[in-house]
Amino acid sequence: MELEFEVTDLPASDHPEAGDVAPDFTRPLVGAEYWADTSLSAVVAEGPTLLVFHPMDGAFPTTYMWNAIDDHGFGEDVQLVGVSASSPYEHKDLLEERAEGARLFSDPDAGVAEAYDVENHLDGMEGVTEHRPAVFLLDADRTVQYAWVADEWPAFPDYEEVAAAIDEHA
Amino acid sequence: MTDSDPQITLYRLQACPFCERVVRVLDDLDIAYDSRFVEPMHSERNVVKRVSGKRSVPAIVDENTGVTMSESANIVEYLEHTYGDGGAA
Repeated sequence: MELEFEVTDLPASDHPEAGDVAPDFTRPLVGAEYWADTSLSAVVAEGPTLLVFHPMDGAFPTTYMWNAIDDHGFGEDVQLVGVSASSPYEHKDLLEERAEGARLFSDPDAGVAEAYDVENHLDGMEGVTEHRPAVFLLDADRTVQYAWVADEWPAFPDYEEVAAAIDEHA
Repeated sequence: MTDSDPQITLYRLQACPFCERVVRVLDDLDIAYDSRFVEPMHSERNVVKRVSGKRSVPAIVDENTGVTMSESANIVEYLEHTYGDGGAA
């Protein structure tokens, strides 16, 4: 979409790049039926994983991102794992509507966002820090195969690029 | 008792006093366990129904003994009998 004005820039990010090992973390991981404290390392050990950071559940970028991921059928080739500041209850609601087959980490204090340097301190929502849109394709050792992090607010992944990365690595 | 890989899974509901009662006993007996949190809505707790035959929580699955059990009073009695002083395990 072409806009007649500049989109807000986000600060430079020192996020993990391709070839780096993504930081491990443990948070409640929400699936279709329950949630339980789970480490990222345990998840990636099950297979190639698309780790998707997104704004709070209910925000339109979150809806757009999961709808696009569903439309591209990435879940057929990789494990889909989301992370947002939303509670497990909100994640359950999201999973009933979209993000087919995905599991979602709940990171209300945005500690994982800090570890990945994808924090987004929200203007006009004092005290709320969430996750800027970001996508990391990880192998079983948490090595990053592909990384994209939003540098504008809002910004969306290039899904064709993600698809190409999945084709190449997963 | 606190092996790195817990053999007991506790299905629980956040803030459910019956579940907290079981947690207290697990902690008192120094038993490692994994928590799986489920839905407040009884009708949506299919995973609990599948493992225990009912949708009520707390429910535990003990891989050490093969026991699956619901009802906090029963669970407390089972844990104390199995893992307490003079217990079988």
